[in-house]
Amino acid sequence: MTNILVEWVIKTVVILLILVTAVAYLTFLERKVMGWIQLRVGPNRVGPLGLLQPLADGLKMIFKEDIIPSQSNKWLYILAPALSLVPALMTFIVIPYGSEITLFGRTIELHVTRMNVGLLYIFALTSVGVYGIVLAGWSSNNKYSLMGGLRSSAQMISYELALGLSIVSVLLYSGSLDLVEIVNKQGGWLGHTGWNVFRFPLMFVFIIFYIASLAETNRTPFDLPEADSELVAGYHTEYSSMKFVMFQMAEYLNLITSSSIATALFLGGWNGPFVGRLPILGPVYFAIKALALIVTAMWIRYTVPRFRYDQLMRFGWTTMLPIAIINIIITATVILLFP
Amino acid sequence: MVPLSWYLAVSALLFTIGAVGVFIKRNAIAIFLCIELMLNAVNLTLVSLSGFFGDVGGQLFVFIVMTVAAAEAAVGLAIIISIFRNRESLNVDEVDTLKL
Amino acid sequence: MEKASTIIFIVFAAAAVLSALNILLQRNPLYSALSLIVTLLSLSALYLTLHAEFIAVIQIVVYAGAIMVLFIFVIMLLNVPAVQPQIEKQKGLRYLAIPFAGILIAETFYVVLSIGKRTMPSVPVGTEAQAVGTTWSIGTSLFTDYLLPFEVTSVLILMAVVGAMVLARREGD
Repeated sequence: MTNILVEWVIKTVVILLILVTAVAYLTFLERKVMGWIQLRVGPNRVGPLGLLQPLADGLKMIFKEDIIPSQSNKWLYILAPALSLVPALMTFIVIPYGSEITLFGRTIELHVTRMNVGLLYIFALTSVGVYGIVLAGWSSNNKYSLMGGLRSSAQMISYELALGLSIVSVLLYSGSLDLVEIVNKQGGWLGHTGWNVFRFPLMFVFIIFYIASLAETNRTPFDLPEADSELVAGYHTEYSSMKFVMFQMAEYLNLITSSSIATALFLGGWNGPFVGRLPILGPVYFAIKALALIVTAMWIRYTVPRFRYDQLMRFGWTTMLPIAIINIIITATVILLFP
Repeated sequence: MVPLSWYLAVSALLFTIGAVGVFIKRNAIAIFLCIELMLNAVNLTLVSLSGFFGDVGGQLFVFIVMTVAAAEAAVGLAIIISIFRNRESLNVDEVDTLKL
Repeated sequence: MEKASTIIFIVFAAAAVLSALNILLQRNPLYSALSLIVTLLSLSALYLTLHAEFIAVIQIVVYAGAIMVLFIFVIMLLNVPAVQPQIEKQKGLRYLAIPFAGILIAETFYVVLSIGKRTMPSVPVGTEAQAVGTTWSIGTSLFTDYLLPFEVTSVLILMAVVGAMVLARREGD
């Protein structure tokens, strides 16, 4: 019993450390990608090739003054960034990073826990993450924050529908809500032909899932509620210093989460060439695929203009939702006709 | 192992708190919240009995109760919004124009 | 192991009851709604101790993640002031509530606990419960034995959507 507990604790700590570092360097990567797309070099002054930039940013943020508006609701104001950040961190315990490695004579499975309802658990956490934004908008005692918070959370709950329905198509193929099972079924010849993207209706479902997850995480082109030039930065207008950092971390963590889930569901997770012989390659392939999706999201951010809010909601309800439902019907028909 | 009567006791407590809330609160939305609390207490009873008897019907009933609660919350809040638009106040003691 | 499950039950049951009491004690409806969210999350943990994993997660997704978000939107949009002017029609009734609440609690406890003792011994939750709480078992019974309630529920939701849209519309839209 204690062996299992110690294993869990060590895995969780390792994942937490990797995630926090990844979030810090994602901010750096974003600015670099932004620079390359705009034909300029990104930040390159701090440290060799600019690699210590996140450190400089972090120090700057720590030294900023931490303001709590006087008429705001103090406890909710402090609770809101935590409500945004903690669910984003909690999703990583069900995602499989590899099959099994043998270390110090023990076989360690590379996922923290294995739940029967793993996918639904991720949905539950996404639904709870909406509260952070809504409470942040309301507790700042600021009209612009309230409008930004309500708009942002309405957008998130609208696109949760398209997200969930697009996952149902994957579930029809895999027959289980357990992410470990879903990834295990995506092996194939040389580890890459069994991926879910290569099955017939699922290639379109992948696009729907990706667009819905961009809307879920409030990334451009769906970032009207929090963009800097609209609504005075939306729900995090009144936040400064460490609480603002927590919101930014939550946003990047949500981006990493949705890319990791897309990798696990559609791109075969840790499957890849020669992963059976060298199980340590599993996490490497997973990281490469997730990183590719993240860089694509950043690429889209600096290429496509923003949606207006009513266009965004209309797109979510009248276009994405029907397409997701039609995809479920087509997937079910294909499975029945060609078992 | 936790005996069944403990789960049923928690459910009874939650139901009573919800019922008392419906009686003493005057804000329409607070009354609604207490109604949702009563529905959840019943859900707890159903799930605990389903677990102790090994019957899936209890959990299925809970599924349907949740759906009905969602539908009722949507319509009820729409009614509350229209009442608020007409009289600028959510005090249920003031919604008595149909009284004799 | 036994101790651990008892402690988990007591912690989450206490959290559920205390936050339910907090719903009654708060004047601002937003704080009552937030207390109800804590109650819903504690109930979800209690469902997990009963091995009802599907219902536990669905409770968070549907109840705490959708219905309560709806409540909070309405509270924030209507922007109801916390303390409303009191027009108490009959002032004394509020003090009668506590003894009657006590009587109600005593009655429910008597009924519930006597059922538990008389009809069956407390059977521990075991592998039967584990087999019952899975998504597979609920899904198969929902679509085979209980198909009619499922279809009726979908019509009910349609009615609710149309009804809510019609009721909340402004005049002249």
